Amino acid sequence: MTQDWWHFDPDNLAAIVLMALATFACRAGGYVLFRQITPSPLIRAILSYIPGTLFVSFVIPAMLKGGLQSMVGAAATVAAMIATRNISAGIGAGVLAAWAVYLFK
Amino acid sequence: MTGLRNAEGPVVFTRVGFVRGLRMSLPLVLGLIPFGLVAGVAGQGVGLSLGEITFMSAAVYAGAAQLVALGVWGHPVDLFAVTFAAFVVNLRLALMGPVLAPWLNRLSGWRLYLSLFMMVDHSWALSVKEMNSGYRDSAMFLGCGVSLFVFWVITTALGHLLGTQLQPPQGHPLFFAALAAFISILVMMWRGLGDLMPWAVAGVVSVLVAQIMPGSFWYIVAGALAGSVAGGVRDHRRTQRKPGA
Repeated sequence: MTQDWWHFDPDNLAAIVLMALATFACRAGGYVLFRQITPSPLIRAILSYIPGTLFVSFVIPAMLKGGLQSMVGAAATVAAMIATRNISAGIGAGVLAAWAVYLFK
Repeated sequence: MTGLRNAEGPVVFTRVGFVRGLRMSLPLVLGLIPFGLVAGVAGQGVGLSLGEITFMSAAVYAGAAQLVALGVWGHPVDLFAVTFAAFVVNLRLALMGPVLAPWLNRLSGWRLYLSLFMMVDHSWALSVKEMNSGYRDSAMFLGCGVSLFVFWVITTALGHLLGTQLQPPQGHPLFFAALAAFISILVMMWRGLGDLMPWAVAGVVSVLVAQIMPGSFWYIVAGALAGSVAGGVRDHRRTQRKPGA
């Protein structure tokens, strides 16, 4: 089958440009802004939890939506990560476990 | 080299520092390869072309934000949802730049803004470590960022080609790789029992909001906000009650 590798959809292009601007605003804007003002301890404490809670909020609903396959995969990823602390091993173990459920379902 | 370790000397920006950054970041590339492949497969899965996903990796250059955005990518794409997702996921970068102020404050123009554009978690962590040990060549930070950038763009393109080759149907376990990548990061992020309550709040709130507002991305924002406010307020109260602790 042929695929248009270099096709640029206007909507997708706009989305990517906006994402790039938002990301650069964080990278550069944060440095310029917080060089002058220091956020309060409460704000700092809250922000320190943002990455973890954000990923949890992404993962848990997606995992439940994915059903048994995703849950078994998640358990395998956590187990492999605790054992090896290696992200490639975590992803590999999770995909293999999910694949096993997919095949034998 | 020893002269550059003088903590009293001026901060410089040289080719030597840049090359040192390139070399020091090479071991980190190994950790980045699976993410790049996963992001490429995810991009192919939601229907982005090779050109689009490659452009995204080069222009946005933020793996976690790209994966979250691709997770809520629709047809047509919700511009606000993906922009907001990129902003929220990358808020942490706003707090990371100022830590490198002793290096960055000496830069201006393209050196400063290119250095900031290339800032990612790993290049930042490595540079903070070097800066604190007295290294004075701030081009090292840019060097780290550039080498990770090159590998990031190449591996997402390869991931897209991989997805095109395999043509996995929706619900195929290969797409679980994106979720597995996040779960792996979460295990690395776990700082101890103090994370349990905020993470549990985030999990419960996100599931509830996903039920109430299906098809939107607000559950991610609601869960993250609820969990981090819960954790931040708790920690703040603790330090206020025990000023000596």
